[in-house]
Amino acid sequence: MAYSDKVLEHYENPRNVGTLDKNDPSVGTGLVGAPACGDVMRLQIKITDDGRIEDAKFKTFGCGSAIASSSLVTEWVKGKTLDQALSIKNTDVAKELALPPVKIHCSVLAEDAIKAAIADYKRKHGTAPAATGTEK
Amino acid sequence: MVKLPIYMDNHATTPLDPRVLDAMLPYLKDEFGNAASRSHVFGWRAEEAVERAREQIGALIGASGKEIIFTSGATESDNLAIKGAAEFYREKGNHLVTCKTEHKAVLDSMKRLERQGFEVTYLPVGKDGRLDPDDLRRAIGPKTILVSIMLANNEIGTVQPVEEIGKICREKGVLFHCDAVQGVGKIPFDVGRANVDLASISAHKIYGPKGIGALYVRRKPRVRLAELIDGGGHERGMRSGTLNVPGIVGLAKACEIAKAEMPEEAARLTALRERLREKIVRRLDLVELNGSAEHRLPGNLNLSFAYVEGEALMMAIKDVAVSSGSACTSASLEPSYVLRACGVEEELAHSSIRFGLGRFNTEEEVDYVADLVVGKVTKLREMSPLYEMAKEGVDLKNVTWAQAH
Ligand SMILES: Cc1ncc(COP(=O)(O)O)c(C=O)c1O
Repeated sequence: MAYSDKVLEHYENPRNVGTLDKNDPSVGTGLVGAPACGDVMRLQIKITDDGRIEDAKFKTFGCGSAIASSSLVTEWVKGKTLDQALSIKNTDVAKELALPPVKIHCSVLAEDAIKAAIADYKRKHGTAPAATGTEK
Repeated sequence: MVKLPIYMDNHATTPLDPRVLDAMLPYLKDEFGNAASRSHVFGWRAEEAVERAREQIGALIGASGKEIIFTSGATESDNLAIKGAAEFYREKGNHLVTCKTEHKAVLDSMKRLERQGFEVTYLPVGKDGRLDPDDLRRAIGPKTILVSIMLANNEIGTVQPVEEIGKICREKGVLFHCDAVQGVGKIPFDVGRANVDLASISAHKIYGPKGIGALYVRRKPRVRLAELIDGGGHERGMRSGTLNVPGIVGLAKACEIAKAEMPEEAARLTALRERLREKIVRRLDLVELNGSAEHRLPGNLNLSFAYVEGEALMMAIKDVAVSSGSACTSASLEPSYVLRACGVEEELAHSSIRFGLGRFNTEEEVDYVADLVVGKVTKLREMSPLYEMAKEGVDLKNVTWAQAH
């Protein structure tokens, strides 16, 4: 299978690989996927007091498309509010990276990772369950 | 510096040996006759070449030339052996025995027979990929007509105890078909010693051309097959169709070379494979060997690199052609059924890489590949949340994972 240039570019120069302190109250951690399925993504976001994502880090076990999808979303979520980040859809990721049909699940995982990281942050701040309403 | 890309996927196919090409060329040019033409010299010369080829092919496996049937490749040979025998011997019984790690050409032929009312037993294998001859003995019953077990596995290189299997089949009076594709020409294989009745071989796995294979069909005692392809009655009525003379000449030359060079080549490949393994496992932790350390094809190395996904690793070493048991390389999302049958956990099956060393690989290439793999696995592990968790002492089996496939 041939990879798109964008997948190759992210795969070869992944952005924001790393770890944030998961116990820091301003950090939300999302861990999605399963080792048995061949994909696990961990997305971490650090959120400012006024509700913006100021930093994002990922680590991914998975194929090149999974790594590229996670790398891409770390770039996309930075600077966004939680609501804006939640509006990122897997189809946007798939389109940007020109993922073939068998790799769509990688982009689904990336969307799930954003949701899971935000849910974790909200849980820490007593606003869970996630994905409804905001603090504004 | 080594020349890139490096081909290390010799179980998938092999490059054509230049000596094979030279042997074939006359039959692609002036010697174009139809081997079935009885009335002129063009036909006679083609027929002579084919008969000579049969003997050379037979010689590699301890058969006579008369026992060789030409096919389009081992997929067809497997189909013909299994379906042809099942149909011909249907009155004798409706039960067949095979193994879970066989090639799809065998397994899917069996599946079709099951839909037609045959019963098939799929024997399990141990961790090393070998079946237990006692399991086979127990599986054979009064209605069993055929046992189909491969010589060596295409993914993990495990060599099956074919001589023991053949002995059991002979004792019980059932036919033994052996898919010998990966082992023939690489390790000793003799249809007499192993009591094999039917054996599939393929030219493109032994440095011959694609699209030509053979089926060995025992004459004493005589094995009969129902034909799958109707037509002019070529190949003792078992496989109609004008013979592929250049392909046949190429297959024969490939067999001749393999026979002459087998001892040195097997030793050389075993040394290269061990060098590759050594250089990798010495510098990386958490690397598992898949298959058997002892009963293994010389050129096969199948390793699982824990916490690194196979396709990602292949992408990282993209100038080296290898293959992976990872699901991501197929549309199915299921990792290798061969590794699963050996009891390899799904996560490690996703992390497997098959290195297939062959005649044209060099020590220099092996050293290059080992260094590259060590560097890239290290880099991918730095990027792997699982590796980080494992290093922190988290037991990944106790984590509740969000998603099932
Ligand atoms: C064990 C085994 N059997 C059968 C085949 C099919 O051979 P062919 O490509 O000649 O059809 C292969 C090759 O993929 C193989 O490895």
